[in-house]
Amino acid sequence: MERNHLPRHLVLQRQSLFDQGLLDEQFIQLEELQDDANPNFVEEVVTSYYQNTSTLIVIIEQALGTSPLDFNKLDGYMYQLKGSSSSFGAKKVKADCTLFREYCKAGNVEGCMRTFQQLKKEYASLKRKLEAYFQLARQARVTGTASRPK
Amino acid sequence: MVFEKGASSLKSVKAIETGKVAGTNNLATERKFSVLVVDDDAIIRKIHSKLLSKFPVEIQVAVNGKEAVDLYRSGAFFDLVLMDMEMPIMNGFEATKELRALGLKSLIVGVTARSSDSEKKAFMEAGLNDCHAKPLTSEMVKSLLQELNKNN
Repeated sequence: MERNHLPRHLVLQRQSLFDQGLLDEQFIQLEELQDDANPNFVEEVVTSYYQNTSTLIVIIEQALGTSPLDFNKLDGYMYQLKGSSSSFGAKKVKADCTLFREYCKAGNVEGCMRTFQQLKKEYASLKRKLEAYFQLARQARVTGTASRPK
Repeated sequence: MVFEKGASSLKSVKAIETGKVAGTNNLATERKFSVLVVDDDAIIRKIHSKLLSKFPVEIQVAVNGKEAVDLYRSGAFFDLVLMDMEMPIMNGFEATKELRALGLKSLIVGVTARSSDSEKKAFMEAGLNDCHAKPLTSEMVKSLLQELNKNN
């Protein structure tokens, strides 16, 4: 279903993800790759992302529990998370990853801890919002409901 | 036309399959280019493969540099290699150096999440033709394939 034939409530929900700064242009790039043969491509990418990064989040959390902190190691983990997050346009999560890495470079323990907590919240929140969005998108495809853009 | 290791028979087969003769000026003589996506990140492999699938190319993937080198050693040929920088077992820098040492003259393009010019420059010194931020965009992929078309 092309973007300009999405039901209005879906259009608004999608737009709010951008307005809240949660997603960037890369998400649109992925949407443009979707076709009839692969209408759920973006959802597949996002699902892969959460499957692949959930262990990484746990590893980072464990590494933050050690003393003294290994900032090089933490930076390496966060580099991976940032790369994966940017691949589908997770703008806020990516920004938190960048901030965390800056704290690592500065050797700032409190900064790392605080930023990681923020990152986890954004990571989980984005997952919930995208799951809700994709569910609605799937339903819309099934019912084939559409409203012309005004 | 530059013939690479293991390439000449493959190109001839493809030319025959398309019913065209290689080396003509007919721009419709478009054999499928072969592209190797080398990245340990499954998401990037998925995205780059999807991007490439919009074009008439054959796509192979490798999850690290060693796999890419092993594929080449076993006789596979690639017109274009998209090489990630940081990978386990063998990274992109080492894999690129190895592929060049083995005689691969095809286009090898680095794709990296590293943003600094100095890091990209260091990666280029392994023997890349170019280096871009990942993930690639449709426009960038199109541009790379146009370059391949021009060179061939």
